[in-house]
Amino acid sequence: MKRLINQYPNRKGKILLGLIPFILFLGLYVFASHERLAVNENDKLMPALTTIVDAVSKMAFEPSKRTGEYLMLSDTTASLTRLGIAVCISALISLIVGILTGIIPKLRASISPVVTTVSLIPPLAILPILFIIFGLGEVSKIMLIVLGITPFLIRDTQLRVMELPEEMIIKAQTLGANSWQVIIRVILPQILPKLIDALRLSLGSAWLFLIAAEAISSTEGLGYRIFLVRRYLSMDIILPYVVWITILAFAMDYLLRKLSRSVFPWQLVPKGEG
Amino acid sequence: MESIELKHLWKEYGNNIVLEDISISVKSGEFITLVGASGCGKTTFLKLLLGIETASRGQMLLDGKPLKDEPDKHRGIVFQRYSVFPHLNVIENVMLGEEFELSPLLGRTFGKKRREIRQHALAILKRVGLEDSVHKYPSELSGGMQQRLAIAQALIKNPSILLLDEPFGALDPGIRADMHKLILDIWEETKITIFMITHDLKEGFHLGTRLLVFDKYRIDPHQPNRYGATITYDIPVGNTDNRTLTEITSSMLKEE
Repeated sequence: MKRLINQYPNRKGKILLGLIPFILFLGLYVFASHERLAVNENDKLMPALTTIVDAVSKMAFEPSKRTGEYLMLSDTTASLTRLGIAVCISALISLIVGILTGIIPKLRASISPVVTTVSLIPPLAILPILFIIFGLGEVSKIMLIVLGITPFLIRDTQLRVMELPEEMIIKAQTLGANSWQVIIRVILPQILPKLIDALRLSLGSAWLFLIAAEAISSTEGLGYRIFLVRRYLSMDIILPYVVWITILAFAMDYLLRKLSRSVFPWQLVPKGEG
Repeated sequence: MESIELKHLWKEYGNNIVLEDISISVKSGEFITLVGASGCGKTTFLKLLLGIETASRGQMLLDGKPLKDEPDKHRGIVFQRYSVFPHLNVIENVMLGEEFELSPLLGRTFGKKRREIRQHALAILKRVGLEDSVHKYPSELSGGMQQRLAIAQALIKNPSILLLDEPFGALDPGIRADMHKLILDIWEETKITIFMITHDLKEGFHLGTRLLVFDKYRIDPHQPNRYGATITYDIPVGNTDNRTLTEITSSMLKEE
């Protein structure tokens, strides 16, 4: 028998080991829910799986009696649209500002202090200001996410640009490149995959700001629904919605990773020998 | 032809004198190797030539005109590492120099222009022996092949001066010998002026037509940075006696 530190699971074993905690957790939930319902059959805190499945099928596959919409679908579309627009705007701003401040020292001197200051403002603290300025509609929610994640993305992009080996920038200049050509042919293509990585990291905060904004003022959206049904202690809807949001977040992360690998294949090429 | 004239060049950082009073005149087509203990200013000297450091005093003239104080296409460079672009494959790396020139806005060419550049780049790649790796990315190449690529990349601009900063320092001895042959062949064909830093005195004597040794004449033990390094030996390669050789070797091995 090898030492524990030298034992590695094979592929199947790895999947199995990864699943164990989830299965255990589910089993624990079913057991606890069963015990609670046995004591009080009207208990709302831990609904049985069957109740949850019923609630989900009602939300997802039956049109709402009031509006005729499939609620889970319209909630998902509304939330993802806000998130998508906000993330695209943030990515674009941080790409432009991050690259420019990273490579042009005078711009960095002028803009970096502002970005740092803005990044220290807690975005939720200025949510009321956003509501006052942009109204209670879509713009203020998107603005909250943009304000929340852009400063981080700008600072990260700027750092990544400054981390590029100086030799490369010098080499480009000896090949006759002007500042603009250095930016679009040398820096931009090398920074894009790093921006995607930063985006993946900032998705968590983006969701946080989205749900916060939806909870306060909205008429549809995943966050709105959770906070709406909270009034009726509808755990049978809240729990699957939380799971659904997690799945969506996971899927976005996965897609971004795949995108980065397929669009920028040079990152993955194995190292050559000596 | 292009000659390089350096007159009373000093490089100081505050009270820290790195290089003092360097004057040297270089004819076009010389192959100059630079040796010296580490920290004795040979890299600073190369940076001055490249234009990424500015001399505190003195003049650097190329054909009587001052050299620009930022890198330009007249001076090609090969560093020990990071000389090639990881996101471009081999041929794109070489084409880049011409694309910069022909497409100021996009830095990218299309159609007929692109095919012409490609032909030119292919010819150069063939010259350095990379014709079989045209579509590989740099990370798929060995260290020696990456340096071949870096040389090819610089050659496409036909620079007047080629600066090599310990280009073969990280390579295995066998590969290093191949690279020596390559660089000597290229130098003979193009008659380009080469400055090469090396920490290997044998390499310096084997490759160059002229060897420059950087060292400090005077050292103040209480203020080691009071005096800067300068060129202590300027030797045409081929007529060196053994005693000089021993002296240079000991100056290179000296403790800082």
